[in-house]
Amino acid sequence: MGQIEWAMWANEQALAAGLILLTGGVVGVAGQFKDWQFAAYGVAAGVFICLLEYPRGKRKKGTSIERTGQRYLTVCVKAFGPLTRNYYVRAGLHAVLSVPGGFMLPTVLGCVCVAIASLIYLLAAIRGEQWEPIMPRVESKERPGQSMKEPPTNPPPRPPAELRRKRQEDAAYVNPIPISVNSV
Amino acid sequence: MGNWVVNEGLSILVILVWLGINIFLFVYYYIVYLDERFYYTRVLVGDALSWARAPAACLNFNCMLILLPVCRNLLSFLRGSCQCCSRNITRQLDRNITFHKLVAYMIAFHTAIHIIAHLFNFERFMDAQLEQNETIAYVLSQIGNGDNRPYLNPIRTNETNPTFVAFTTIAGLSGVASTLALILIITSSMEVIRRSYFEVFWFTHHLFVIFFIGLVIHGVGEIVRGQTASSVLTNKPSNCAAQYKDWGKVPDCPIPQFTGNPPMTWKWVIGPMVLYVFERLVRFWRSKQKVVITKVVTHPSKTLELQMKKKGFKMEVGQYVNLQCPSVSQLEWHPFTLTSAPEEDHFSVHIRIVGDWTQQLFEACGGEKKEFQEAWKLPKMAVDGPFGTASEDVFRYEVVMLVGAGIGVTPFASVLKSVWYRYFNNDTGLIPKKIYFYWLCRETNAFEWFADLLQSLETQMLEKGNADFLSYRIYLTGWDEAQAAHFTVHHEEENDPITGLKQKTLYGRPNWENEFKTIAGNHPGARIGVFLCGPEVLAKSLSKQSINHSDADPRGVHFIFNKENF
Repeated sequence: MGQIEWAMWANEQALAAGLILLTGGVVGVAGQFKDWQFAAYGVAAGVFICLLEYPRGKRKKGTSIERTGQRYLTVCVKAFGPLTRNYYVRAGLHAVLSVPGGFMLPTVLGCVCVAIASLIYLLAAIRGEQWEPIMPRVESKERPGQSMKEPPTNPPPRPPAELRRKRQEDAAYVNPIPISVNSV
Repeated sequence: MGNWVVNEGLSILVILVWLGINIFLFVYYYIVYLDERFYYTRVLVGDALSWARAPAACLNFNCMLILLPVCRNLLSFLRGSCQCCSRNITRQLDRNITFHKLVAYMIAFHTAIHIIAHLFNFERFMDAQLEQNETIAYVLSQIGNGDNRPYLNPIRTNETNPTFVAFTTIAGLSGVASTLALILIITSSMEVIRRSYFEVFWFTHHLFVIFFIGLVIHGVGEIVRGQTASSVLTNKPSNCAAQYKDWGKVPDCPIPQFTGNPPMTWKWVIGPMVLYVFERLVRFWRSKQKVVITKVVTHPSKTLELQMKKKGFKMEVGQYVNLQCPSVSQLEWHPFTLTSAPEEDHFSVHIRIVGDWTQQLFEACGGEKKEFQEAWKLPKMAVDGPFGTASEDVFRYEVVMLVGAGIGVTPFASVLKSVWYRYFNNDTGLIPKKIYFYWLCRETNAFEWFADLLQSLETQMLEKGNADFLSYRIYLTGWDEAQAAHFTVHHEEENDPITGLKQKTLYGRPNWENEFKTIAGNHPGARIGVFLCGPEVLAKSLSKQSINHSDADPRGVHFIFNKENF
């Protein structure tokens, strides 16, 4: 299992846990349960965890797939620097956040799930993983080089136009525009 | 002209029937708990009782179904015995994993409703137990306190809280355990995790054992309580509910008798659990049969070919096996398509080296070493299978289109080899009259191990004078400047500069619209099987093309799309 980046799974688990904590909190508040204050906490903590975990980190190996619309949150999460980059901090944060959920039944499941996410993040931290933001690819402006100011004086070696025509049998498609001597 | 019904009709029907049963069970059991027997329970908890029991029934149904699509050997057996049935039915069996996922989502959905309803139930039971005044809730909750009667309210004392009760009852504890197992299974089954870190997915998925154990013992505590049938006759709630202060003192209204619902889930899931245990035993027994590696070939593009022999091994074209290499990992089994034909005396797989397990297998088979390896040095392998997938059906169509992307060409390697052998043996039973084969590849060195096969096929067909039987096209979807220069220089030569074949390599992606149109034009009125082993995007595109180019008229041409899925 050497190549596994535990943070990827920790992230999925934490996001799910945030949603579960949020749902439990909503039930506790809407149903006006006793100790509803813990449910209100569950709502707040759930929302916070969801926002924190929504942007996926960059994978060390392989292509990183973004979640829809995560770009804005990536900027926010990135702004906290080492606090969000370091997984020990995240593990500790989730551990602390999970505790108040244990005081009331609707949020208990959220509490345990967040605690499990915290453990997986701890494992990721021990293995030296870090959260790197997935930045949008910067399209470099194509500027023609200095030497391209003049058109070429000598054409490159090519077989004559008749031989350059594609053979009909080979073509997977038929060109809508017929090829002439001047087309490249 | 679209003919979506031909391609998708039966699948949609299966899904609709399944949804219909879910809805029926939900509504039916919701109404069951509106019955008089549960009047007093509902006094305590209201509608939350029905909202908890209805999804519970649906959960029973779906947990019964979830194990069935993953009984590979059972499905292969059904597929084999279904050869006489229409092709449509066997195609449904190919979508087993899709169905497994759908049922899993439904289980998650019903679990959510069930838990939320029970949160209300626990809270309301607690409220009833905390009542100070002599309300009906108070009276009902007191039944069973020191009077040797069966209780109604599962929370027996007012010095506790719902969380404590949840963790000290069998139902609560098993529920929490099962739900945690379910959540872990789902988060590790997300596509991102499954595709990149297969081991995490596979090992975590085995938590389903805990899920099922929790599920079966969930109802043992019998905490869903209602009046006994005989008690309803003596203490009719519609009459006696208002007189709750006088129960037992008035002859019309004795104290009501309560009892719990016996556990029902085991009746639903015992069958599939037994089938699944049997399935794992079959896999285990098959894996214990001796397998010998007879030849190891390393191909460019990080591909390893293993040729093996196993006593009594029988295969069909396009099937796959699960391989285990105990010296690499005791617990991991990985699926690979068979690339050999049934007519050969060995079976082979081509393995791309992409992760931990494949890399270690490569080293164990001496892939790093240049010199000849002694046979006894090669690792022991275990093989489970072969299991059937879509490509088995290839020989049942008159005209077939085979599309393989990259390593996805492997099932078709098996098909084409089998075609070669049958041609060689002048097999009159060969049904396909025309095969169109498309291979989409990103890099040129991936051609090497397949080029030999295509070359021999090409020669064979020229000799037999039937060059038209197999029409194949190879598409190079990624190429750079240097290669482009090479192609233009060798443009006029008879053999392709990359593959050495008479058929020239084409560049870029195929224009499927035109391909389908041409083929439809060449074979009016035929049933054409379209087989793909490749990425999802291509599957969507081909599926759409198949539907669009199929005639609405049943006598016209029909494209039937089949996709491999791993």
